[in-house]
Amino acid sequence: MSIAEFPFKDLIHRCFRCGYCKFPENWTDVNNCPPYARFRMETYSCGGRLWLTRAWLNDQIEWTEHLAEILYSCTTCRNCEIKCFLSFNVDIVNMVVAARAEMVETGRLPLAVKSFLENIELHGNPYGASRAKRGMWTAGMSIEQCNNHEYLLYVGCTGSYDTRAQESTKSLAQVLRKTKISFGILGAQENCDGNEVHKLGEAGLFELLAEGNIALFKSLGVWKIITLSPHAYNAFRNHYPQYGGDFVVFHYTQILRDLVKTGTMDFFRDFHARVTYHDPCFLGRWNGEYKAPREILENIPGIELVEMEKNRGSALCCGGGAGNFQIDLLGGSEDSPSRRRVREAAATGVNILAVACPKCLVMLEDAVKGEGLEEILSVRDISEILAEACGIPHGLC
Amino acid sequence: MDSIYQSLVNIVDQDHVSNSQEELFIYSFDLGTAEPHRPDYVVSPGTTGHIQEILRLANREKIPVVPLGGGLSLAGLAVPLKGGIIIDLKRMDHIIEVNEKARYAVLECGVSQAQLTSYLEKNHPRLTHSEPGAPPTATIAGNIMIHGQGDLAQPYGFNSDLVNGLEVVLPTGEVCRLGSCAVGTGWFAYHPLPDINIFLGWYGTTGIITRLSIRLFPAKRIRGIGQFVVENEELVPEILFKLTHSQMAEDIIVYSRAIPPFASGLQHFTVNIAADSEKELEWKQEIIWDDTLGDYIRSGNGAYLGFTVGLERPQISKTSDYKKGGGFEYVGSIMPIEKYPVCYRKGREISEKHDIPYTVTGRVIGAGHAMMFAWTYAFNRADPDSMRHARDALHETDDLVMELGGIIWKPGIYGQQLILERLDPGTRELMKTIKNLLDPNGIMNPGNWEVD
Repeated sequence: MSIAEFPFKDLIHRCFRCGYCKFPENWTDVNNCPPYARFRMETYSCGGRLWLTRAWLNDQIEWTEHLAEILYSCTTCRNCEIKCFLSFNVDIVNMVVAARAEMVETGRLPLAVKSFLENIELHGNPYGASRAKRGMWTAGMSIEQCNNHEYLLYVGCTGSYDTRAQESTKSLAQVLRKTKISFGILGAQENCDGNEVHKLGEAGLFELLAEGNIALFKSLGVWKIITLSPHAYNAFRNHYPQYGGDFVVFHYTQILRDLVKTGTMDFFRDFHARVTYHDPCFLGRWNGEYKAPREILENIPGIELVEMEKNRGSALCCGGGAGNFQIDLLGGSEDSPSRRRVREAAATGVNILAVACPKCLVMLEDAVKGEGLEEILSVRDISEILAEACGIPHGLC
Repeated sequence: MDSIYQSLVNIVDQDHVSNSQEELFIYSFDLGTAEPHRPDYVVSPGTTGHIQEILRLANREKIPVVPLGGGLSLAGLAVPLKGGIIIDLKRMDHIIEVNEKARYAVLECGVSQAQLTSYLEKNHPRLTHSEPGAPPTATIAGNIMIHGQGDLAQPYGFNSDLVNGLEVVLPTGEVCRLGSCAVGTGWFAYHPLPDINIFLGWYGTTGIITRLSIRLFPAKRIRGIGQFVVENEELVPEILFKLTHSQMAEDIIVYSRAIPPFASGLQHFTVNIAADSEKELEWKQEIIWDDTLGDYIRSGNGAYLGFTVGLERPQISKTSDYKKGGGFEYVGSIMPIEKYPVCYRKGREISEKHDIPYTVTGRVIGAGHAMMFAWTYAFNRADPDSMRHARDALHETDDLVMELGGIIWKPGIYGQQLILERLDPGTRELMKTIKNLLDPNGIMNPGNWEVD
């Protein structure tokens, strides 16, 4: 593809590289762009990616593995779009995704990205695990298969396969059961939602996933969906309607917030914790939901909610978005965004870092270990905090 | 394996050294119209020690070295004209000390303007620094290196006049300190030691600043901007003289722009006023708008447009998007205030000749001792013809500055030559002696301030 064929050919040269995109709202530092924070080279900044993309399409530079890694290290967290004050800001991530699409089209991908996409195509998940094992987290829990239930609980790949994330999935399922909400799951029938596939630039595979999921949901009479993961929430809410998937979609914190606020949920004991909350990018910046998770935490007796300096639209991404949860182009350093983020959490003096995303849960818990903070900071999904506050014994989750 | 690359990796680490085409491409560019030149290596050091070792290596191998701060001078000052190693200093971004009572901050060279503003607002709300109207990533060290000015320029002068101390790595790798810190005390004053300031304004050709102390000033509880406008540009110098006489302002800027069209040809004043109480604010406003400018308002020669509480810090500039093209560059000059009318008229002519919407700005430095007058030219980065027009306009403006008796501020290579051609022979010789003494192998940012 030449620059003349690039869908954003009239926009991509408009980035001046002023650097606003590196900052959080209060200008504390230049580390709010995850790849730039990790490497601190201009190539890894938002402007660097756009200038390199243009240079590549203009034949000023050649494709290399390094170029691809720079482009794929973007977690599509949208901090840049929030901070850039120019009118083309809404298309910054779209430009990166379009550049990736060209790499997908021509088969020039980092090995980890290729493997990620292949696994999803072959197995319906990026782990390359068997589809049959997708519902194994339910073992011993009697969770019903979705069949004319009011809600589909869509778990997603991470919540289904990652052993740490499974804990939050089980907690959520137990909490939902306790609320008497009518819900079912897809189990082995569930397939990847495709949010990361979309962000990695594989539009064809995303379309297949979206159409397949929409057909499945419709065949089961699904019209209201609760998601564990903000990534799935984003795909269902913002992308599936283009393929005829007009479902009513909730992130689980939105459903539970109302029950907590109205006193429908019973809390059996004070939680006694100082908690800070990390905003997941695909719930916060992508979908504007900053209140629901906080309102849950604020209504659990005994919890003192303390904000990190970078919060809401300024929250530093954990580094796991756009497949980086697995392709891991940002790991391996104390400058990795997840390591930076848990240091920011620890600086508040809390003992719990609450999350509302299975990817953030795993990324940040690993980072706590990497920083040696296990003794003072634990990472818990809000579903786990709710389950414990509701008196659901940990072993039952 | 490239042995220079490996040596740099050994000094810093693999993550912060590159000789890949991607880094070499990105670091070959200035954000303005300067022609790109590729470096051979890019390195992002974390400590003064790293910089010492890099300079020793560069001296051994006779490799050019170009220090880079925010990279926002827009005059091509950190383009590696002769290749070599670009040293991106932004990773050294610790705020080392803020002394509240003595009102100074000690910073590493990569601390950005916005970072310091944010830090002071949070931790020392009674203190502020003179922040330039640059993008927030501009570094404090880079700004003093080019003799920048900020939003306290009217009472306090150039930002480089506000330096309390420096730590510098010399081209041959030694570290030296200037100011009170040189005798092991705090970083509270630049004087009274023998003056050896041979680093500011040199664009890194005599050494790399690694730490600096800058003066901070009282941050008044209320800060805001009053606006005033006149049609006749000939009135501007006397109005600036009167405003500076009042000593009521923190910052005084005059600007005129083609966009929006209805305001084209008007001269707008922005006057920053600060106060600790409503009473103080009211008193200052009365002195400025009634006592100082009242005659212009009553005669119909000027109009008061209102006062807005709050400063936009860092300032947001949309100039780069005027042509929907992602680019602008300006010629800045240090100019006597009485030259404002001719600067405005000539600048407008140059802009119109090159079909660029005109933007001119003057910022008062000190009590009217000078102004920084700038002519800004937006261009479309995707249109070579637009870039050529901007480049031509910039060169014509460089010529204009010298013709009008001003001095080009942060000149690029073309402007430096214009200055050097006119420079006092004794001064040229002294510059040459200093440069040869400090940088015997000529490795530091070669091409800049080169005296034959």
